[in-house]
Amino acid sequence: MSNLRSLSFDAIIIGGGGAGLRAALELAKSGKKTAVLSKVFPTRSHTVSAQGGITCAIASADPDDDWRWHMYDTVKGGDYIADQDAAEYMCSEGPKAVFELEHMGLPFSRFDNGRIYQRPFGGQSKDFGAGGQASRTCAAADRTGHALLHTLYQNNLKNDTTFLNEWYAVDLVKNANGDVVGCIAMDIETGEIVHVKSKATVLATGGAGRIYASTTNALINTGDGIGMALRAGFPMQDMEMWQFHPTGIYGAGTLVTEGCRGEGGYLVNKDGERFMERYAPNAKDLAGRDVVARSMVMEILEGRGCGENGDHVFLKLDHLGEDVLGKRLPGIVELSKTFAHVDPAKEPIPVVPTCHYMMGGIPTNVHGQAIMQDADGRDQIVNGLFACGEAACVSVHGANRLGGNSLLDLVVFGRAAGMFIEGALNEGIEYLDASESDIESAMKRMNRWNESEGGETVPELKRALQSIMQNSFGVFREEENMQKGVKQLSELRERIANAYLPDKTNAFNTARVEALELDNLMEVAEATAISALERKESRGAHSRYDYPDRDDVNWLKHSLYFPADKRLAKRDVNFTPKTVDTFEPKVRTY
Amino acid sequence: MSTLQVSIYRYNPETDSAPYMQEFQVDTQGRDVMVLDVLHMMKEDDNGLAYRRSCREGVCGSDGMNMNGKNGLACITPLSEVIKGNKLVLRPLPGLPVIRDLVVDMGLFYKQYERIQPYLQNDTPAPAIERLQSPEDRDKLDGLYECILCACCSTSCPSFWWNPDKFVGPAGLLQSYRFLADSRDTATGSRLAELEDPFSVFRCRGIMNCVAVCPKGLNPTRAIGKIRDMLMANAT
Amino acid sequence: MVTNITNFGRSGLSDWLIQRVSAIIMAIYTVFIVAYLLFNPGLDYATWSGLFAQTWMRIFSLLAFVSLSAHAWVGLWTVTTDYIKPTGIRVGAQTVVILAIFVFLVWGIQILWGA
Repeated sequence: MSNLRSLSFDAIIIGGGGAGLRAALELAKSGKKTAVLSKVFPTRSHTVSAQGGITCAIASADPDDDWRWHMYDTVKGGDYIADQDAAEYMCSEGPKAVFELEHMGLPFSRFDNGRIYQRPFGGQSKDFGAGGQASRTCAAADRTGHALLHTLYQNNLKNDTTFLNEWYAVDLVKNANGDVVGCIAMDIETGEIVHVKSKATVLATGGAGRIYASTTNALINTGDGIGMALRAGFPMQDMEMWQFHPTGIYGAGTLVTEGCRGEGGYLVNKDGERFMERYAPNAKDLAGRDVVARSMVMEILEGRGCGENGDHVFLKLDHLGEDVLGKRLPGIVELSKTFAHVDPAKEPIPVVPTCHYMMGGIPTNVHGQAIMQDADGRDQIVNGLFACGEAACVSVHGANRLGGNSLLDLVVFGRAAGMFIEGALNEGIEYLDASESDIESAMKRMNRWNESEGGETVPELKRALQSIMQNSFGVFREEENMQKGVKQLSELRERIANAYLPDKTNAFNTARVEALELDNLMEVAEATAISALERKESRGAHSRYDYPDRDDVNWLKHSLYFPADKRLAKRDVNFTPKTVDTFEPKVRTY
Repeated sequence: MSTLQVSIYRYNPETDSAPYMQEFQVDTQGRDVMVLDVLHMMKEDDNGLAYRRSCREGVCGSDGMNMNGKNGLACITPLSEVIKGNKLVLRPLPGLPVIRDLVVDMGLFYKQYERIQPYLQNDTPAPAIERLQSPEDRDKLDGLYECILCACCSTSCPSFWWNPDKFVGPAGLLQSYRFLADSRDTATGSRLAELEDPFSVFRCRGIMNCVAVCPKGLNPTRAIGKIRDMLMANAT
Repeated sequence: MVTNITNFGRSGLSDWLIQRVSAIIMAIYTVFIVAYLLFNPGLDYATWSGLFAQTWMRIFSLLAFVSLSAHAWVGLWTVTTDYIKPTGIRVGAQTVVILAIFVFLVWGIQILWGA
């Protein structure tokens, strides 16, 4: 297809959320020819929805705070399959990255002494769990993600970053050696297909919560980067690990920040009992999210749920008073009124655990370099491919992410990837050009949709996929049901392969974008399903009725899903941080 | 009555010689859903219907549109708030070129945003930790930084309709004041110098359409008044 | 910064200020004239021209005329730049407006200080 227009960059960043923009900023400052390619205008990315804050030991609320305590919480929160060298990097580099954001203008809330306001969040402790609850989450009221994303976009404008806004990346282009040398992308406004060549391709495409029927995620969170990488044959790590946020608004799925509980709110069942006191006597409502979500589901299953159908619980905030709510949680007041029709200053908010975050993703090292395994099962760098943010699995979140750690992940590893790529470009990168047939193979699925002449349509297939995932791979999982789910998914894959795109016009064809997104949802769903079925233990967010205990003998490992043969392998977890002692796996209680 | 009569602006540059209004009957099953949900239902019937959407909770600013004559975000506007006589009329944001259906070309809007240099400028060396800011100084940014760039305000402003290339518009000016009001920003002088011509700020006639439509409850007119006060204090 | 050469004060800020100051002067002048007419119900030509024979009234009236001229120029310039997009027609309209204002101003002065 030599008639494709091509664009050339030193680095192309796919995704304009927090991680992508942070990486782009680093590269733009270095003067490298960089572009951000985003399917939405960058400030519409899902980072904008993050509410509670960015967790980081900047020693503001507590002058004695220590990043090692934060690292301990992160490793423990991840149920010990977070890579300790990565957690060490994130927690120790974090303060630098947060101060940079402040210098860029992020409007953090403040303490009286003028320093950044920090609030307590779940799973936070002082002194390696021995010193009680910590307050470590830096916040801009309850709009921290919005403030962060806009600040990063603004600073990219300041540094003249090139933006390809409302462009959709279709697939990665690999050369004959298997190096990633760019992508095929579509300018959504005109429908033009362009070959984007680059020496470094960064997938910062965020999560894929839309594989579930009920999710806090934006409609755009369809796992595009994961889909692209899987189709290119690269493995995915820990895809069974999906976080269900305890407090999604019942019915609507919109998120209510953990900061509500950080500020003193708590969950009650239909008897008005603060039930978390039974499940986590110390941390109570601020236990790890997996623990709280499971406890809520237990309450509901045991008949103590609220409402007519007893299928949710209440988040009580009215005792905080209008002043605190107005000052610290103004966005939550707005959302509750809009989506739950309750004023949290007067009534509790009906909430239910809702799919929120993908801990798994493209395995990378701390520099964002994508990793695969060679024939002997050893780590091998994928040339030209990088990932950061939710799409990546560094892994700092292990089996369960702590609240406030996602924003930190974005900026720390977006920045790290940018710095590494700058260095690599300075040293010189030369890969073989993609051949006609390499480009042709990246065009395959685009051509498939464009040539489709009949069959099922995208919305019904998407609904089917979401319902399979919701029913078989939710908060609690079990062999037989998952077997059924995996089988249904493989049937669904066939149906999607024969699905139909009725509208083939070019100008701003959102139907075509949704069709291409469906392919990605399918890839993510299947990777999730097979990984979940194979991990025969309960750890972090992955809870199985049939294997209720953590199995450190067999499963103190990352799972690694290979798309070619749909096989699940294991990968070692890193237990060798550089400057601190290893945190040995312990029983995880809150 | 659970069937809603929806009249929606349609235009596909490849297949239509001119825009037209298309009628849909949508069965909402009597529920008070959001306008965005109605759009999803229509898109199931007509896959080609184009509109932007992302967060579906009113923070990303994608789905600004004109609903029964008033700009707003489709995702946080329940039918009960807009429908008149069981009829919903959906049009793209006014005053910007239409790309397709409800999707408008936001280029001019973004250009005005970029023009006001929407980033903190501080020429003093950054400290090793954060720059300190008192809670009182931080409070001055409330009602300013929350803007989601949905363009509901600027596209409801006649001054922006007439001079979208010269008048910064309410959204851009709100952002401009967000940085003028920031105790950490040191570029006040050069920011003001960029604004004192007869168009950038002074085309605001204070009719407050922007305030009436802002889905985040912000007040650009007040911010524009404050900019004028600063210009006056600076130049007299 | 948007550059332009046809507006009154060459700056939005000064136009804005002039518009407000001139409005206040015209308002005071209007109130004065209305009050004068109310307090002099059987007003005849001699009294009326006697009022305008006094120097302070001539200055006051001239101030009101100048204010009206400036106010009209700023206002009508704005209207032309809002609604008339073709440059030739806009400049033509602006020329007509400024000529008319100039003529009316000079004429006004002539009446005030004339016979």
